[in-house]
Amino acid sequence: MFFNELKKLEKNFIRIKKELKESRYITENSETDVLKFLLIDISSQALEKLSLKARRITDYFFGRTILLYTPLYISDYCRNGCLYCGFSALNKIKRKKLSYREIEKEMSEIRNKGFNTILILTGEDRYHSSFEYILNTIKIARKYFSEILIEVYPLNEDEYRKLVENGLTGVTLYQETYDKNLYKKVHLFGPKKDFRWRLDAIERALKSKVKEINIGPLLGLNKNWQFDVYMTLMHARYIEKNYPDVEISISYPRIQRSFSKTKVYPVSDKDFVKTIIITRIFLPRVQINISTREPPYIRDNLIGFGVTKMSAESKTVVGGHYITSNKEKQFEINDNRTLEEIMSVIRTKNYRPEFNNWIKV
Amino acid sequence: MKKDFFEIGTKKLKSRLFIGTGKLPTYKLIPEIVKKAGVEVLTVAVRRIDPDTREENILNYIPKNVTVMVNTSGSRNAKEAIKIAEIGSEIIETDWIKIEIEVDYRYLLPDNEETVKATKYLSKKGYKVFPYITPDLVTARKLVDAGACAVMPLGSFIGTNRGITAKSLIEPIIKEIDIPVIIDAGIGRPSHAAEAMEMGADAILVNTAVAIAKDPVKMSIALSEAVRAGRMAYEMGILKEKEYADPSSPVSDFLKKI
Repeated sequence: MFFNELKKLEKNFIRIKKELKESRYITENSETDVLKFLLIDISSQALEKLSLKARRITDYFFGRTILLYTPLYISDYCRNGCLYCGFSALNKIKRKKLSYREIEKEMSEIRNKGFNTILILTGEDRYHSSFEYILNTIKIARKYFSEILIEVYPLNEDEYRKLVENGLTGVTLYQETYDKNLYKKVHLFGPKKDFRWRLDAIERALKSKVKEINIGPLLGLNKNWQFDVYMTLMHARYIEKNYPDVEISISYPRIQRSFSKTKVYPVSDKDFVKTIIITRIFLPRVQINISTREPPYIRDNLIGFGVTKMSAESKTVVGGHYITSNKEKQFEINDNRTLEEIMSVIRTKNYRPEFNNWIKV
Repeated sequence: MKKDFFEIGTKKLKSRLFIGTGKLPTYKLIPEIVKKAGVEVLTVAVRRIDPDTREENILNYIPKNVTVMVNTSGSRNAKEAIKIAEIGSEIIETDWIKIEIEVDYRYLLPDNEETVKATKYLSKKGYKVFPYITPDLVTARKLVDAGACAVMPLGSFIGTNRGITAKSLIEPIIKEIDIPVIIDAGIGRPSHAAEAMEMGADAILVNTAVAIAKDPVKMSIALSEAVRAGRMAYEMGILKEKEYADPSSPVSDFLKKI
């Protein structure tokens, strides 16, 4: 299990830092040398050089395409006390859960827009969002989409297996931070407090034969953001080695101050872009996903630099595509453009918007 | 030069350049590539087809006179490949199937063992099966027995444009196997295409090099001409390379005198 690798990797991170102290000259002698760029402040010229490499790798392996998908929140009930999330149980908000009829309406609307990939999200609450509720949602999604992803609370292996048998293609699960102490601090109560149960969930899903997984840290939570990026990359590399037939995606959501009750350590645009470029160079075949948390000028300019997947027309309220009465958001959307507008930008950059990643069976 | 037709999957083809469609910046390029480079075979991944889409639908851009080979990319074993092949063949109305069972995302390497299984099953069902493999003569022989129409060994890892780095493993396949050999993956420039032909490969399949070229149509023309040149030379018989200098003017007059 990846959990057992953590200690060794923490030591390695310290070793890399020490090596940098001894010499700031970065060679490409070992696979991990490129990660040193995370730890130093580099000039725009040096970043440009790296970005050209990232662009070449992305084009070679993913071609001129950007995969498009959209999320659907089916419930915002949550028992976790997370200090950074709009749906946290700490927030006294009016909660909502979609009925199956509403889910069907939402999905039909999303499909009509042209999407063939859906990401289904819920808060962590086994009473309001039971396993059966998630399972039945996937059964509905199967009628409309070829690629069905979930971002829900960690499940056990049997549950993942059952979802896969019913059409689930992938699991998205962010560890938020790989720093166990910080993890404890920002998750005040609730089942999410269990660091290991969440970390191992990725492997439970992999053992249940999901086709793809999406991991990532929540940037801005950890002052030492480079550590979380490093651990995410190592996590992905571990999955690549041990589960080679799985498509891996990485996201780097940046925390939003307005929703956070804990201190935020903002990751600058430059560091964010550098992180994506280094991810591409270190992991040439991994999908890199950028959500509508980011504003258009960041999203548009990252096309071709490593990003291969983008969400569009996202709503972070429950429903939102058909039912528009809910107001409580998980986070703020910074790219409110229509799918048509986003597709047009992709085309202008000589890339093709791609909607189909799997086969509807 | 005589009209060089070659037979593959019960079809007679002129062009030995097959083009993949997956990485293209727009499907609108397909008709022009087909026309200008004389391409007769295109591959399409079943996972990229959505017959109901309102967006750019690849099916609308494939000229009628072209043979489509659907590929099973995304499958992880024979069972999945068979299912995807059957779905794809129905949507596109083709019986040409490229078996692509990738079990390693970092290197995009196929599972030869599962590929043999899928080939056997689909060939029996009457499909024209084109298995994509890591170059291995033993597997290639099994594929012949399994009823494959051709074998498609990779020249290099997909998308690397590194040329035919697996040359020494592909050569014995070309020599020993009686069904066509199509070199797939790794071909990044016209000289690689010509090299494949000079080696005696029957055809090549290219996607990345065309798709990410500044001008995909021009690149497909360049590849097509390289393929013709390479093939012409192969048919004529290519002189062996030598380890020592060899004067171009014959010395036979002198030899006669002594």
